[in-house]
Amino acid sequence: MAELNELYQQVILDHNKKPRNFKRLETANREQEGYNPLCGDQITLYLQMDGDLIKDVGFQGSGCAISKASASMMTAAVKGKTKEEAEMMFDEFHRMVKGDLDAETEQNHLGRLKIFAGVREYPARVKCASLSWHTLRAAIEQKGESRGESITTEDEHRQD
Amino acid sequence: MQAALEEVNAQEKLTTRFDVDRIRGDFPILKQRVHGRPLVYLDSAATSQKPQVVIDAITNYYATQNANVHRGVHYLSQLATREYEDARVRIQRFINAAETHEIIYTRGATESINLVAQSYGRKFVHEGDEIIISAMEHHSNIVPWQMLCDGQRAKLRVIPIDDNGELLIEEFARMLNRRVKMVAVTHISNALGTINPVKRIIELAHSQDIPVLLDGAQAAPHLKVDVRDLDCDFYAFSGHKMCGPTGIGVLYGKSHWLESMPPVMGGGDMISSVTFEKTTYNTLPYKFEAGTPNIEGAVGLGAAVDYLNGVGLDRIATYEHELLDYATEVIGAIPGVKIIGTAREKASVLSFTVEDIHPHDIGTILDQEGIAVRAGHHCAQPVMKRFDVPATARASLAFYNTKEEIDAMAAGIQKAIEVFA
Repeated sequence: MAELNELYQQVILDHNKKPRNFKRLETANREQEGYNPLCGDQITLYLQMDGDLIKDVGFQGSGCAISKASASMMTAAVKGKTKEEAEMMFDEFHRMVKGDLDAETEQNHLGRLKIFAGVREYPARVKCASLSWHTLRAAIEQKGESRGESITTEDEHRQD
Repeated sequence: MQAALEEVNAQEKLTTRFDVDRIRGDFPILKQRVHGRPLVYLDSAATSQKPQVVIDAITNYYATQNANVHRGVHYLSQLATREYEDARVRIQRFINAAETHEIIYTRGATESINLVAQSYGRKFVHEGDEIIISAMEHHSNIVPWQMLCDGQRAKLRVIPIDDNGELLIEEFARMLNRRVKMVAVTHISNALGTINPVKRIIELAHSQDIPVLLDGAQAAPHLKVDVRDLDCDFYAFSGHKMCGPTGIGVLYGKSHWLESMPPVMGGGDMISSVTFEKTTYNTLPYKFEAGTPNIEGAVGLGAAVDYLNGVGLDRIATYEHELLDYATEVIGAIPGVKIIGTAREKASVLSFTVEDIHPHDIGTILDQEGIAVRAGHHCAQPVMKRFDVPATARASLAFYNTKEEIDAMAAGIQKAIEVFA
């Protein structure tokens, strides 16, 4: 059962129980819905952008432990980062959970997010882990102050 | 002491009545180990496993009988045609249809329902008319009617359900009126396990000359279906949920309805003559079976019907009922577990939530124990909304499952609770 422990690590369980930045952000100038139709995971992401800088970020929603912990840790990781830095992290994160990047041996900027490496053993859960990131990217790509159309993890098929 | 003895006697009676070990021997896949544990397959509502006789029938068809049907004068074509049509007769008897031509082969229950919606619907449903479905339908018995209603400017109405997951029949009776052109309800709910009082529904609808379609995808493998006793106008079901292969299913329709309905797909096999000026359609059932059909599927489904008849649908229903009662008791007794769907009449399905642990996490943890359950909305999002849950975990039982497997699931759920404690 070593694998299971690798997926449900204490840090992930802790973020699931007490998600950080789990709030509607009053100062947000971007709001984005994300949805995983396979599981019903749903997230609303609030983003306060200052030019290219992610000044503050918050989220609300419901989902499994993996999606909730991933959203929580993502918000902590991208706060204060630039748009480019966040997009690079998403790219690395996505490759890691799909098993295309070994975060232990290859150079990356994932830091604490490396804890999600265990997801690569569970292909059915990759979408849970990446929902918040897809939502973040859609929020960043919104032009100006607007509320983007809901995105779904199904868009992932077209990218892969 | 007396009670214990009675329990032992009852158990003995159960095993002599139903030799589940022998049944399990018929299903090669059940011998597998998953993640180092014996496979516990509790996802039969998604698709059932296949007995060796079905696998053999398909292999044998390709090895010794393969040819196109209804075409050739040659030996193999006649053999393939006979197998394909023999299976139709066996399916007819399986659901006690009056005529063989009332059995239309489709890809599955979904296609069967779409066929009725597109064919019957476009001919008989007009602006201002109404279609009635229920609040516990699978998406496959919602969306085809929505599509029809959008096109015809008709109205879709929904029979409400109570907190146990039972249809409100009095409400339904009040919804019936002259504008209602179809009542389409599920025989057994895939998300809740409710067995609906379909005979009563049909009586009520027929009293106002409204036809009834039953979605039998979940019912066909679990109880004896008799379409003439039910008096339903249409009955849709899938091969793969009743020990047959995927890609084959059935639409049963009463002759007079099928005769009056236009074909939906044009092509070979569905015509009796074609010129560029005019095409004459073939007779039933071929009018609805354009193109080279799924011959292997029909042969496999025929073998599945024989297999289920051999075991006996009544015995299957009795055994599964005891298994579901046991599962309800054992799983329901775990602190934090809430069972979704507590109708008085239920079959096969146990949907549940565990504290605030998301069903997907339950599903992953059970999977690591070799236990296959479904986690999600079960293609019944309105049902999830009705019970105010984003998703449930669902164990769905078949006659090849055992009480020991239920115990294994209970232990798995306990483990999930520990992980998330």
